[in-house]
Amino acid sequence: MSEFPSRARCVVIGAGIVGNCLVGHLSDMGWEDIVLLDKGPLPNPGGSTGHASNFIFPCDHSKEIVDLTLESQRQYEKLGLQNTCGGIEVARSEERMEEFKRRMTSAKCWGIPSTLLSPAEVKDLVPFISEDVILGGFYTPSVSAVDSLETGTQMRKKAQEAGHLEVFANTEVIDIETAHGTNKPKITAVLTDKGRIECETVVIACGVWSPRLAEMAGATIPLTPAVHQMADVGPFDVLVETQQELAYPIVRDMDTFCYERQTAGSMEVGSYAHRPILHRVDEIPSNEEAALSPTEMPFTADDFDQQMEEAIELMEFLGDGEIKYAINGLLSLTPDANPVLGPTVEVENLWSAAAVWIKEGPGVGRLVAEWMTDGYPHFTDPHGADIARFYPHQRNVHHIEARCDEHFNKTYGIVHPREQWASRRDVTVGPVKSRTDALDAFYFEAGGWERPHWYESNQDLVDAYGIQGRQHEWDSRWWSPISDAEHLHLRDHVGIVDLSAFQIFEVSGPGVLPYIEHMVVNKCDVAVGGSIYTPVLNPSGGFRSDLTILRLTESRFRIITGAFDGGRDEYWFRHNLPGDGSVQFENRTNAICTLGLWGPKAVEVLATITETDLNQAAFPYGSCQQVLLAGLPTEMFRVSYVGDSGFEIYAAMQHGQALWDAIMEVGGACDLRPVGAAVYGTSGRLEKGYRLMGAELENEYNPVEAGLARPKVKAADFIGKAEYLKARDSDLCAQLCVLSIDDLNCEAGYLRFPMGAGNEPVLSLSGERLVDAKGRVSRVTTAGNAPSVGKYLLMAYLPIEACDRGTKLQVMYQNELYPVTVEATGANLAVFDPDNGRMKA
Amino acid sequence: MRILVCVKRVPAPGSRINVTPDSLNVDTNHLGFTTSPHEECAVEEAAQIVEQHGGGVTVLTVGPSEAEEQLRYAASVGATAFVLVSNDTGIDWDPQQTADAIIESIAELEADQGQFDLILFGNESADSGGHQVGIRVAVALGRPAVNGIKGIEVGVQGVTARREVDGGYEVYSLEIPAVLGVKEGINLPRYPTMKGRLASKKAEISARETQVAPGAQQRRRLHQPEETVIETEILGTSSDAAPKIVDLLEELGVL
Repeated sequence: MSEFPSRARCVVIGAGIVGNCLVGHLSDMGWEDIVLLDKGPLPNPGGSTGHASNFIFPCDHSKEIVDLTLESQRQYEKLGLQNTCGGIEVARSEERMEEFKRRMTSAKCWGIPSTLLSPAEVKDLVPFISEDVILGGFYTPSVSAVDSLETGTQMRKKAQEAGHLEVFANTEVIDIETAHGTNKPKITAVLTDKGRIECETVVIACGVWSPRLAEMAGATIPLTPAVHQMADVGPFDVLVETQQELAYPIVRDMDTFCYERQTAGSMEVGSYAHRPILHRVDEIPSNEEAALSPTEMPFTADDFDQQMEEAIELMEFLGDGEIKYAINGLLSLTPDANPVLGPTVEVENLWSAAAVWIKEGPGVGRLVAEWMTDGYPHFTDPHGADIARFYPHQRNVHHIEARCDEHFNKTYGIVHPREQWASRRDVTVGPVKSRTDALDAFYFEAGGWERPHWYESNQDLVDAYGIQGRQHEWDSRWWSPISDAEHLHLRDHVGIVDLSAFQIFEVSGPGVLPYIEHMVVNKCDVAVGGSIYTPVLNPSGGFRSDLTILRLTESRFRIITGAFDGGRDEYWFRHNLPGDGSVQFENRTNAICTLGLWGPKAVEVLATITETDLNQAAFPYGSCQQVLLAGLPTEMFRVSYVGDSGFEIYAAMQHGQALWDAIMEVGGACDLRPVGAAVYGTSGRLEKGYRLMGAELENEYNPVEAGLARPKVKAADFIGKAEYLKARDSDLCAQLCVLSIDDLNCEAGYLRFPMGAGNEPVLSLSGERLVDAKGRVSRVTTAGNAPSVGKYLLMAYLPIEACDRGTKLQVMYQNELYPVTVEATGANLAVFDPDNGRMKA
Repeated sequence: MRILVCVKRVPAPGSRINVTPDSLNVDTNHLGFTTSPHEECAVEEAAQIVEQHGGGVTVLTVGPSEAEEQLRYAASVGATAFVLVSNDTGIDWDPQQTADAIIESIAELEADQGQFDLILFGNESADSGGHQVGIRVAVALGRPAVNGIKGIEVGVQGVTARREVDGGYEVYSLEIPAVLGVKEGINLPRYPTMKGRLASKKAEISARETQVAPGAQQRRRLHQPEETVIETEILGTSSDAAPKIVDLLEELGVL
C-alpha cells in the first residue's frame, strides 16, 4: 500500500458508483493528483451501491435524467458490464395505461425503442405472470442490469494505473478544513484517521452520509437517508432452469410500486410502496456495528406484507419462495427527488456528487468531472440537479423530510408535469398574501414562494369570454379556464400580477461596471435608469441564465431573475465577484416586493395615484424611474413579459400591501383584475415568443440559436464570449421557433392540449424525430393556449432546414400525433402584436 | 408428537456491540432482532419431527411484547401455537425467574391440552449465554434432559439424542417426556416463504402475565472490553505473494 499522502490536488470522498466513476473521468480529463477515500472496505464499502438492484429503465420524462441514464448505459456497455435483458412496466389501472402513452411519447422523444403490450404479449415475454391482473405493459428492450461494483472498481483502477489516483479504503474522514477564501471559506485539507491531506478541492460522493461530510466543512447537502425495502425470494425451478442471471425481462408492477427482478434462481422483489421510512445520518450504524452493511438496515417485515400479497397476485409462484434475504436498504432522497450535484454554495472548491441512482452513476461521474474541469458540463444541462437550486429554507432537515415523505411513494407514481407539493406550503409568502387569499387565489409554488396561478374570484370572466373547459382530466389537472379569461381581460382592460417571488440582487461599488460587464452578454454601460435584458453564458457559450438588469445609479445595478433560478444565479454572481472588495453583492429578494400592472388601461390606473408623467415620451419603454405611488416610494420599470403596456413596480416589502390596496382601489374604475402567473409565465409570454430559462434556454443552446443575439457584440470581455463569437460566425444548425397546432382533436374526437413539459417530440410528416447537426432532438419546450390569437402555440428548436415559416410538421402528445405549422422563427417570435405597438403605446 | 420450543428475542448485532449509556443493556438503537440461532434450529427440528410424525409445535417466549415478532417468525416456518409471557420491565429476568415463568406456563398448557412429549431449548441464548434455563425447567419438571444436542431421532418409546464431542458423538436414549438443549448445526433452518410470512400474520398468540419472585440476581452493569484492532496486511495476490510468505514463515521459525 502506498504511503498516506500529505498533499493532493483533489480528494474524492466515497468509493461508490459515483466516486469511482468520477475519479476515472477526472483522470481521463487530465487530473493527475487525486486521492479517493472511503471509510469502508473495497470493493464494497457498505454504501447504497453495495446493495443496489442494479437495473436500469432508461425512459424517463426528464431530459436531464435521461441524458445521464443513457450516458451511464453507454459506459456500462463499454466496460462489458451491462446485461441488456429488457424490461416491462405493467399496468393494473386505466390511469397507468394513460401514463404509458406518456411514456411512449418520452421514449419517442429520446429515441428509446419501446412498445405497448397487451396482457397476452406481456405473458409471451414473462410466462409466469398472471395476465388477468394487468391491463397491459410498456416494454423497453434496452432495459439492462449492470455490475456497479465492478464498474466502480474498473474506473478506479484505470485512474490508478494511469498514475493519477491513490486509493485509501478503511479511512474515515474526521474533518474537512477550510480557510478564508476569495468570497467565502475555501477548502484547505481533509483530516482522516490515517492522516491529514492538504488539498485544493474536495468532492463529497458519500451517498447517505454526504450531509454529515458537508457539515464538517460548514456546507449543506440537502438529502436524507430513506429506506427502500427489498427481499430476495427463491429458489424457483422456472428460474433455476434458465441457468442465467437474467433470462426474463425485469418487471415493474407500476401500480403497486414494486418490481420483480430475476437474480439467477431467485427473484428480487423491491418496493416503493411502503410507508416512507426516513432516517437521520447519525442513525446509520458503522460498518462494525451493522449486522450486514451500514445501508442494509434490519428489515421491518410488517411494512412489506402488502407488497408480498401484491407480488403473489402478479406472480403466483413467488408465494412458495423462501425469503432468504430481506433488507431495509438505504438510499438518498432529496426534496425534489433530483440529484444534488456541483459546487456547494457555502464553500469554495467543495463539490457535491450525491443522491444518484445506479442508472445515473457513471453519467454523473462524467458530468461532474466536466463541470470541475471546464467550469460547466457539456453533455447535458444540469440545472435540475444543480445543488445551488435550493434556497436556504429548503436545505434543512424539516424541509427535506417533509418533501421526501411526500414524494417517496411517487417513485413509481404518475406525477403530473404541473403537480404541486402539499407539504411545507405557506412557508414563503409575499406581502399581499392576505389580499390574494381574499380573492381566492389558487397558488402554485415558485422557488418556495406562494404565487397565485389564477384567481377563483375571476370565475365570471370565463362566461364573459366563453372559455371552454378541457375534456380530458389529465389536460385539465392543475389548470383552469380562468387563466385564459384573465389573459383576455388583461388584453382588454388591465391586470395586476403578484410578482413577489422575483429574485432580486443588487451589486454595487467602484468595480461594479467591469464586474457586471464580465458576467453577461449585453452591454451594461447604459444611462442610469436604463435596463438590460441579457443572456448569461457558461464558459462554453451556452445559456446559464437570462435576466434583466437595471442601472439604478452609476455604481449600483439591480439584477432581477426568476423564482426558479435565483439559487443558481446567486451562486454564479457571488462566485465571480472580484476578491478585492470593489463590488458588494446583496440579495434583496426579501426586502423588495414586485407587483406588475399591464393592459391598455395600466397607465390610466397608475396615473391616478402619482404625479409622475407616465406617458411613453416621459417614461419610455425599457426605462426605470423612482416614482411615488400613493405616497409610497417605488421604482417603476416600464417593461412587459406579457405583451401589453405597463410596469413592474418595486417597493419595500413593508409597503407591498399598501401599494396593492392603493392600486386595487383606483383600478376598480377600469375593471382591474388580479391575474395569475399562468398568464404571466405562459400564455402572455408565449404569444410574444419570450424565452424562459430552463425551458427554451439551456446550456446546450446559444443566444444565436435562441434568437437572442444582438446585432453587435460589446467590446468588453465576458464569460462565454469566445464561444459566443464562434457561434455568431458559424452556420446555424438549429433555431428556436414558435409553432401552432393545426388541429387539437385526438383520435377519440375531442381536443387535447400538449403540456410543453419537455418530453413531446416534434416529428417530420413521416413521423421521424428531428435531430439537428449537433445531435439535439427537437421537442416542445413550452406549450400553451394563445387566447388573443386563437391558437395553441408551442416553442421548439428545429433543425435549420425545418425552420421556415409555414413548414408543416407533427408533434406527439400522449402517443398521438398532431399536425403543426411553424409560425415564427428568429429574433422576433411574437405571434401577437409582433410590432410591439401595444407595449410601447 | 406435542413439542414445545422455548425461544428468546435477541438483538442481531454486527461485529461491534455497544452498550447503553447506563451500562445495563446492549444498545439496540439501530439493531434488528432475531431468535437465538440455537433456538431457531430447535424450531426447525420440531417442525421436521412434526412433519414426519404428526402433532404440533408450540413456541413459547418470555420477553417484551415486541417478541411477538419472533413468534410470528416461528409461525412462518411451521410452528402451530404460540405463547408470549410478558416481561416489559426492559431487563431480562434471571435464569431462575425465567425458568419459573416457563414452568408455570407449561403447567397450564399441559393442564389444558396434555403433556408435551418434547420440550426443546436452545443450548444457550445468544445474548446472555447462561446455559441454565432449560436445565432448571427440566429439573423442576422431573424430566430427563441433555444439552448440546445435534441430532434427534424419535422412536416408539422415546427419543435418541446425539451430542457432539471431540472425535465423535455421545448418544442418549431418553424416555418421553424429555427436555433437550439443541445446538446450531443440528439442521439448516428453512427461511419463511412469502405465503408463510403472510399466514403468520393471522397466527393467534396467547399472551400470559406472570409474577416473578423477588430477590433474584440483578445485572449491575455490562462491560465493553477494549477493542483489539487487528491490522491485516495483504502480502500480495497469486504467486507474487509466495516470496513474502516464505519470508514470513522463516520469521516465524516454521521453515
